[in-house]
Amino acid sequence: MENCSVSVKNISKTYKTNIALSDISFEVKKGELFGLIGPDGSGKTSLIRILTTLLMPDSGTASVENLDVISDFKEIRKKIGYMPGRFSLYQDLSVEENLNFFASVFGTTVEKNYSLIKDIYYQIEPFKKRKAGQLSGGMKQKLALSCALIHKPDVLFLDEPTTGVDAVSRKEFWEMLKQLKNKEITIIVSTPYMDEADLCDRVALIQKGEILKINTPKIITSEFNKKLFSIKSENKYRLINDLREYKYNNSVNAFGQHIHYTDINPKPDTDELYKYLREKGHHSVEIKKTEPTIEDCFIDLMK
Amino acid sequence: MNSFLSFVKKEFYHIFRDKRTMLILFGIPIAQVLLFGFVITSELKNVQIAVWDKSNDITTNQIINKITSSGFFELRKIIYNEKDIEPTFKKGKIREIIIFEEKFAEKLSKEKTAKIQIIADASDANSANMMVNYTKGIIADYLVKRNANIQYPMQIITKERMLYNESLKNVYMFVPGIMAMILMLVSAMMTSISVAREKELGTMEVLLVSPLKPIQILLGKVTPYLALSIVNAIIIISLGYFVFEMPILGSLTFLMTETILFILLALSLGILISTVAPNQQVAMFVSMFALMIPTILLSGFIFPIKNMPLVLQWLSALMPPKYFIIILKDIMLKGTGLAFVWKETLILTGMTIFFIVLSSKKFKIRLE
Amino acid sequence: MTQTPIISVKNLNKKFGDFTANDNLNFEVYKGEIFGFLGANGAGKTTALRILCGLSKPTSGEINIAGFDAYKQTELIKRHIGYMSQKFSLYEDLTVFENIRLYARIYGMKSKEIKEKTTKILDELNFAHARNKKIKDIPLGWKQKLAFLTAIFHNPKIVFLDEPTGGVDPITRRQFWDLIYKAADEGITVFVTTHYMDEAEYCDRVSIMDLGKIVALDTPENLMKTYTAKNMDEVFIKIAR
Repeated sequence: MENCSVSVKNISKTYKTNIALSDISFEVKKGELFGLIGPDGSGKTSLIRILTTLLMPDSGTASVENLDVISDFKEIRKKIGYMPGRFSLYQDLSVEENLNFFASVFGTTVEKNYSLIKDIYYQIEPFKKRKAGQLSGGMKQKLALSCALIHKPDVLFLDEPTTGVDAVSRKEFWEMLKQLKNKEITIIVSTPYMDEADLCDRVALIQKGEILKINTPKIITSEFNKKLFSIKSENKYRLINDLREYKYNNSVNAFGQHIHYTDINPKPDTDELYKYLREKGHHSVEIKKTEPTIEDCFIDLMK
Repeated sequence: MNSFLSFVKKEFYHIFRDKRTMLILFGIPIAQVLLFGFVITSELKNVQIAVWDKSNDITTNQIINKITSSGFFELRKIIYNEKDIEPTFKKGKIREIIIFEEKFAEKLSKEKTAKIQIIADASDANSANMMVNYTKGIIADYLVKRNANIQYPMQIITKERMLYNESLKNVYMFVPGIMAMILMLVSAMMTSISVAREKELGTMEVLLVSPLKPIQILLGKVTPYLALSIVNAIIIISLGYFVFEMPILGSLTFLMTETILFILLALSLGILISTVAPNQQVAMFVSMFALMIPTILLSGFIFPIKNMPLVLQWLSALMPPKYFIIILKDIMLKGTGLAFVWKETLILTGMTIFFIVLSSKKFKIRLE
Repeated sequence: MTQTPIISVKNLNKKFGDFTANDNLNFEVYKGEIFGFLGANGAGKTTALRILCGLSKPTSGEINIAGFDAYKQTELIKRHIGYMSQKFSLYEDLTVFENIRLYARIYGMKSKEIKEKTTKILDELNFAHARNKKIKDIPLGWKQKLAFLTAIFHNPKIVFLDEPTGGVDPITRRQFWDLIYKAADEGITVFVTTHYMDEAEYCDRVSIMDLGKIVALDTPENLMKTYTAKNMDEVFIKIAR
């Protein structure tokens, strides 16, 4: 690909008997915000570590900015920014000291690239004398991102940056990523939260070291080929059990307050379903057609 | 170079901001030296003894006088027959009995040999051993002083002890040992823990992904501890010199050079440990068992190597602190230079190079 | 749903020196309810949870857990509740059965009963083959399910779940919630603390804590209506801002 930033071809990785990645291939365009969506242990971290030259694949090749992750690892290390799963900051150094340190490690200064991190850093700048260990989760996250960006990387790798932070910080973090996109930085981000997929340009859904699907979130949800219903009654537990016993049921999954249901018939008969549920003793039954989410697709693809 | 300097600066921040690290770095060394020093010197003060002088002549009186005036012993009882020996000990106060044979002075001048029997309460084997050694030392000293030209068969005490530790202040023996132990602790354990901490925090991942070269990371970790270990060595030597009046007969520069060599060795061991230890706990555990305990038990610091079973003697030959302690003792107490300790210095240098090469080979540029 | 309060908290205050961790909390949790206790890290959730579990005493207020007083009867409270946390739940180097037996023994259950119930539970889960496997050798999702079943093995009146379902795949997560629904259906009250709002939508009612106070308490549906939000995430963002 002409403007390809990251390219992965047939990568496999095994730890002893545990298969972390099996024969994975994909490409990420320059300036793209690419999401790796999958639960813990699906292989996201291994994949990011291979691309950041921290791990060697057992087989297959991968390149970042046209540099091979094995032979050109030294060159790659100059061009990428990396934020590991835990916010890797020195807890006993202040905000300012952390930032200065990471700048100097990459042979640059905070002043030189300040414009790039300005929008993020100004929010924590009032606390620049505070030790990193005393910051809230959201502020740590912002500082870690500033540190990963301070040398103006071409590609930014973020491994589960939103795990363990509250909803407000999560939202703010995605807003910051969106702004970075305008600065022509390719971003690869991993997350176990399915709802964050919609915020990426393209996503790869990963499970057990394999890519289930790779595309834009819109296309993935539009490819969900069954009619999806959201059902509700006064007793959720009984509703789940009764729906599972319904002869036309294809899938029954709890989604918050509702149950997401698909039928084996292409044109489901909702009247019959109403009737069935009423016979089972559900009174206030509500059946609505609903649009599938990435999570619905993920569950569907896992089967 | 700039990134290296800021790395070193960051390490110093870590050290100075952590109270526990500061305590291990400076509190423990000072406390150890003082403790060992005072415990050793006060241990043999006013040991209560009894005498059974079958001869009671000028020589025996002179010897008894010399023993009691040494400050280590206090004569509390005179006994007159064998039956008294056991009850005297059983009362518990008296810990040593000295028995002179009949016609002691006469035998000594005519037959050139006379016998003294020393019976010690060995319920505390270590101090019994020390008491007996001190007594023998004082007796031998008496003989040497009385007639330096004549070699008496009674001279039992080892020459080294008498010659180089004349006032019998055992604290001298401990200063080199403590120094080896503390430099090992500070250099090896603290470096291995600080590298392991970065692994635990995940910052090592970021450092590896940065353009920093592994050698820069290693040197950055090692430099602050090298500096602090040198400061530590100076503190220990000064304490020995000023508080315990330990002599430094040899060259101070040479002493420091050898010390730095040993620090480098300990640092490379620390790095080696950190390459295998995934977290701080393991780093600490390995440093304790692989370094500290052998340093204490096998280096000749506490137990003389000569008295060890052969297998342990071989093992002790592998212990770097053993050579460092020999070198230190030679420089401080005998005043020798490189001509006398070149062998030990060579061994230490060889070990240092070996561990540096090994640990830089083992240091991973990736996570596996 | 029967509206018998099993947890009743009136004017709960907890202070550490000058710092007020819990500021006048008032709520009731009913028997068989799944109650979500939400808030950002540091909002005071853990402090309140400790008091409800009988691990720490309140500064003031009237608190009743499963019929016992939170000041004087903490030992009785502990006997009648179950607890599962994300971090520590099962011993990795013990087998599935050994873990269950250990916990059941702590609550004074008899050998025979333990054996029979273990067999029944593992059969229901289709997990009988793993009875003698070590915990470290089974997948994360199964660990979670087992940790939950262990926590309710002695049939407690209330089970407290501390951040229970982080990071598992969506199917496993639903299997886990199926177990929770089942337990609630059998009359066990489920008290879930989490800062993951998505999880909150699975609860019957939720409370949201901020700076030591309860700032919202209702069904997820009503909260979404009140705050005109599509999901609980948005509710939380609107409250926190």
